[in-house]
Amino acid sequence: MQLLIDIAITLLRAKLRQSIVAAVGVMFSIAMFVTLLGFMNGLNTLLDGLILNRTPHVRLYNELHPSVKQPIEKAFQRTGDSTHHFIRSIKPKDDLPRLRNATAIMSALENDERVLAVSPRLVAQVLFNIGTTDLNGIVNGVDVMKEVQYYTFNDYLVQGDPSDLATSNNTIVLGKGLAELMEAKIGDVVQVTTATGDRAMLRVVGYFQSGMADYDKVQCFANIKTVQKLLVRPGSYLTDINVKLHDIADAPAMAKEFTSRFGVQAVDIQTANAQFETGSDVRNIISYAVGIVLLIVAGFGIYNILNMMIYEKLDAIAILKATGFNGSDVRTIFLLLSIIIGIVGAVGGLVVGIGLQLVVDNTPFVTAALPTITTFPIDYSISYYVIAVTFALLTTWVAGWFPASKASQIDPVEIIRGK
Amino acid sequence: MSSEVNALEVVKVSKSFHDPVTVKVLKEVSLELKRGEFVSITGKSGCGKSTLLYILSTMDTDYEGELLIDGEATRGKSGSRLARIRNEKIGFVFQFHYLLTEFSVLHNVMLPGLKLGRKSKAEVEHRAMELLKELDIGEQALKSANQISGGQKQRVAIARALINDPLIIMGDEPTGNLDSKNSEIVFEIFQRIASEHKRSLLVVTHDDDFAKRTDRIIEMDDGRVV
Repeated sequence: MQLLIDIAITLLRAKLRQSIVAAVGVMFSIAMFVTLLGFMNGLNTLLDGLILNRTPHVRLYNELHPSVKQPIEKAFQRTGDSTHHFIRSIKPKDDLPRLRNATAIMSALENDERVLAVSPRLVAQVLFNIGTTDLNGIVNGVDVMKEVQYYTFNDYLVQGDPSDLATSNNTIVLGKGLAELMEAKIGDVVQVTTATGDRAMLRVVGYFQSGMADYDKVQCFANIKTVQKLLVRPGSYLTDINVKLHDIADAPAMAKEFTSRFGVQAVDIQTANAQFETGSDVRNIISYAVGIVLLIVAGFGIYNILNMMIYEKLDAIAILKATGFNGSDVRTIFLLLSIIIGIVGAVGGLVVGIGLQLVVDNTPFVTAALPTITTFPIDYSISYYVIAVTFALLTTWVAGWFPASKASQIDPVEIIRGK
Repeated sequence: MSSEVNALEVVKVSKSFHDPVTVKVLKEVSLELKRGEFVSITGKSGCGKSTLLYILSTMDTDYEGELLIDGEATRGKSGSRLARIRNEKIGFVFQFHYLLTEFSVLHNVMLPGLKLGRKSKAEVEHRAMELLKELDIGEQALKSANQISGGQKQRVAIARALINDPLIIMGDEPTGNLDSKNSEIVFEIFQRIASEHKRSLLVVTHDDDFAKRTDRIIEMDDGRVV
């Protein structure tokens, strides 16, 4: 085997330029493959994170819904007639959308070992009064420290300190768009009117920027106690419970379980954000397809060069066979040629690819929509390097196999006599 | 290795080419080659002498009849086994030197020895160097195979044929491409191989002077031994 490797290397050196061209082909495709996949996946992670990091795996809430049974139905039920009723006098109750028995649900969830974190939320519709106009807004009452820990709240807080929001009452973090509209600076006090007409003064302690302009024009955050006080409700009054699980894959099943167990609505992240996974999948498929096409092109390059080399080396093949090398030795020699080109190309490609990834990673990328991003994202996942090298070796092996088999079947007599 | 066994034995070997029409080029050829015998095969162009040689070399397996090398029947043997027989028992010298131009002279000589794998690389190298010196081209050993003259190349090819101490050396017009001075050198080497090394030699040639000086001449005509 050592002898065959020596022969292969000697043949390669004799055709150094062609071999380098072939290896550069592989190198180029591996480099592009690695860079492309790293970049695509970095982007996927970034875009998904934009939504998924902040989205609970399961959200429990109580939606406003019409009364299931109207009194008139009860009246006719006894007669057994199937009739159509168009009198629908009972309207939805006004105490919705609070979650009933929220404290008990929360403690039950906290004791569930599949659950990573439980955080309460109280969402209130408000009007911000600036001068003579009112602006619509939504104040999310949250457990600030839990939001920071589990929902990367800090990343989206472009100015201010979350502990200010957590520790002092009557403070608010305004959406960036809303704050610009109101020209509210940090430390300013804004006036808020609730749906029931109660008014309160809240101090601005920070700005929040999610990357979605419409969202940032409406959404604000405050301590949950502040919002309960604002709405004049007791400390157990919640509208949502956000649950983060250890395994995101459990979410759909657990949402169903919570619905029947607690008698509330529950929505899982997969249902709520189906479009994001589809997007990621499509981007992944595209980058794999491009990468594999590049590798196949490189494979054809190797195939061509080996074929040419075999025609030029017919004499050498004949003489090797005449002096006692058998067909499989000859095949091994040419396969080795191909695989050496593959290995050199793959290693070079990884080096260049990682270099390109570093370049992309350090390219400035500033956009108002993504406050925490300063450069293009790259996913330096080892699995892409492994896939790239595996594919490179596989392609070069296949590309080498056919010419090598042809070489192994060459009849030395024809070559020697044909001279 | 009993000395009674003929180095090579051919029993009623026939061969036909089928393209475009069937032509029988060898008609029940039988011959034998003793150990240490220097035999030449002569005949007119197209009489089948080269075809016979390639059958004897085990490279051409498309024939009828029996071929025994060192008492071992080769018919129906696998390609790998035949390659092994060639490697171990047969040395070749062609009309055109057929050296591997990518390798040095020394490495060319060493290749069949390394393939046989019976000796270490250092031993094979030592043996190759000895052979090259014996053939008076020791100083060319490290040159590339295409930097030396035609006569020298043929001597390198002979050294390569000898590296595994084969039973038989086969030559296909080994002097056909050489001037008379170099032909003379090659002939002398062959003679020395036969007498000193006790190898059998089987050489196809159309050089009558060359043939006359061998131990035995097998003359062929129209696919038969005359």
